[in-house]
Amino acid sequence: MDAQSLTYLFVALSFSLYIGIAIWSRAGSTKEFYVAGGGVHPIANGMATAADWMSAASFISMAGIIAFMGYDGAVYLMGWTGGYVILALLLAPYLRKFGQFTVPDFIGTRYYSTTARVVAVICLILISFTYVAGQMRGVGIVFSQFLNIPIFWGVVVGMAIVFMYAVLGGMKGITYTQVAQYCVLIFAYLVPAIFISMLITGIPIPQIGLGAEVADGSGLSVLDKLDQTLTELGFAAYTQGAKSTIDVFAITMALMIGTAGLPHVIVRFFTVPKVSDARKSAGYALIFIALLYTTAPAVGAFARLNFVDTVHNTQYSDVASWFKSWENIGLIGWEDKNQDGRIQYHPGAPFEGKPTFGPERRADGSRDVLNTPTSSDNEVYVDRDIMVLANPEIAALPDWVIALVAAGSLAAALSTAAGLLLVISTSVSHDLLKKTFARGLTDKQELFAARLAAVTAIGIAGYLGIDPPGFVAQVVAFAFGLAAASLFPAILLGIFDKRMNREGAITGMLAGLIFSLVYIAYFKFVAPETNSADYWLLGISPEGIGTVGAVINFTLAIVISRCTAPAPDHVLAMVDNIRIPSGVSQPQDH
Amino acid sequence: MKQDNHGYWKANLRILGALLSIWFIVSFGFGILLVEELNQIPFFGFKLGFWWAQQGAIYVFVALIFVYIHLMQKLDRKYGVSDEDDSSEEQS
Repeated sequence: MDAQSLTYLFVALSFSLYIGIAIWSRAGSTKEFYVAGGGVHPIANGMATAADWMSAASFISMAGIIAFMGYDGAVYLMGWTGGYVILALLLAPYLRKFGQFTVPDFIGTRYYSTTARVVAVICLILISFTYVAGQMRGVGIVFSQFLNIPIFWGVVVGMAIVFMYAVLGGMKGITYTQVAQYCVLIFAYLVPAIFISMLITGIPIPQIGLGAEVADGSGLSVLDKLDQTLTELGFAAYTQGAKSTIDVFAITMALMIGTAGLPHVIVRFFTVPKVSDARKSAGYALIFIALLYTTAPAVGAFARLNFVDTVHNTQYSDVASWFKSWENIGLIGWEDKNQDGRIQYHPGAPFEGKPTFGPERRADGSRDVLNTPTSSDNEVYVDRDIMVLANPEIAALPDWVIALVAAGSLAAALSTAAGLLLVISTSVSHDLLKKTFARGLTDKQELFAARLAAVTAIGIAGYLGIDPPGFVAQVVAFAFGLAAASLFPAILLGIFDKRMNREGAITGMLAGLIFSLVYIAYFKFVAPETNSADYWLLGISPEGIGTVGAVINFTLAIVISRCTAPAPDHVLAMVDNIRIPSGVSQPQDH
Repeated sequence: MKQDNHGYWKANLRILGALLSIWFIVSFGFGILLVEELNQIPFFGFKLGFWWAQQGAIYVFVALIFVYIHLMQKLDRKYGVSDEDDSSEEQS
């Protein structure tokens, strides 16, 4: 079988597995729909959390970003794992003891206010939609790349699958499919990584291979060789960063506390039976996540080394076939500026913008790039996202590995999309309808509303995936900043500061959210030409501004709460209750 | 209040303080603020600062959560607030 038939086979097999699980675990009550009945084993929940968490961005893009950023890639590695320490120590056990269904549930109850609940719902929907659109897009791209299906139909198939298990199964269906999806995606990530580590260093463990000597007789370690090769070509050394220390600090912090404030991650800890299980579950989740996150830097470094080795100063006619196949898709472009017939790879953009190609091929068979060349020596355009997807081809791995990577990236994108869609639909049916605007709903009606909201959310997400307005892709990374600046401080203070009250929390959330939104919007849309360190506040980029937003949120909330009336007694009793693992959660209908 | 909930909470905050200090030191300390200094030290083929930033911090994060689970189990039992035994907890 060729690579494409194998890919069809793997994708079809994994999809039927997900659908089978969805039918087996159909939800019958709102409790099953929202929190899987609250009876998921911590290890299963850990896997589900890991799959929920690791999106198309983690699976497809991260190693490529690290490959091209070198040291600076650490902001994602530490940011997206360190958040789990915060989550496990500061939020998960207490929220589990609280024992309701959603994040706005907690905020609405703790701050005894429908306004607080609605503000939390707005933050949640804003965060989740920016995130989910990127996932559907990821699904579309994988379909079009590996299966030659147009992006439109790719997204439609993805929507249909998510519909099956999110709408029918709710949290219960999602949890058990995510367990399966985790297994698929981690296997698909590790297999090529191990192969490539063997190839380059002779050591099968990528985490160790990254520090090992390159098996080419040079006696240099992988990282030393990378540093040497890249500086010779004029790049900064791989192990040195290009970002300022304060920016690296701010971005890492924003990603960490943003992770801890992401509603679709938090809600996973409502699904386990007990407080002690919530703690364990966060630990297992981080093990499962760390497996991929400690492999990614190795994949990134190997990929960069391989890329330079095979591409730089190579005659176009002799270059490896993967170079040409990605050139055909338009994610690689080559402009022979010095007319020597060889590919030169140097820092800087080779030409302005993404490549557009003329209809005719050049004499050597390469595609004719129409863009205006820049004055740099660099002749190659390469899209960072291809690194993980192209890795099996670059390392000449068997076809089944390529098929596996396709199935793995779909698992990563679908599992995250489903988790996000669930929190969106839950917050609409539970927080906006049942708890705010339509209090008389029966359990059955609420379940129906939840399914209806899920269908609507899938429709909108699909539309955003097929026809993304220019801003969507750019905004995905900012979901973290928004979560860091809005929800995280309100939840944390709600648990650890008994003096915190309604007035402080609402002001803090709104101030943090609006500040970060305005800052991001200004540098991304209003005046993108000024988006550089010279103009940034304290030298902090829009990616890291959530940290400042969170500081503003904390400060305002604390100052204002001290000037206004304290929280009522039944709320204080509730805070006392969630601080202790044992005993029953208090009923919170009031 | 029949249990010493205040004492439990204080002990809990001490554990959190200690573990979060380690969390901060390995990531923001070793991986970011001190990275240049640590990079002078070779470590199994890595520069030490780079290793903390892209590998070491993550291993410590995992370890921290399991240390936390263990310490809290002990603390829960000491103050008699463990939930390990109430298997049929009724939720609203």
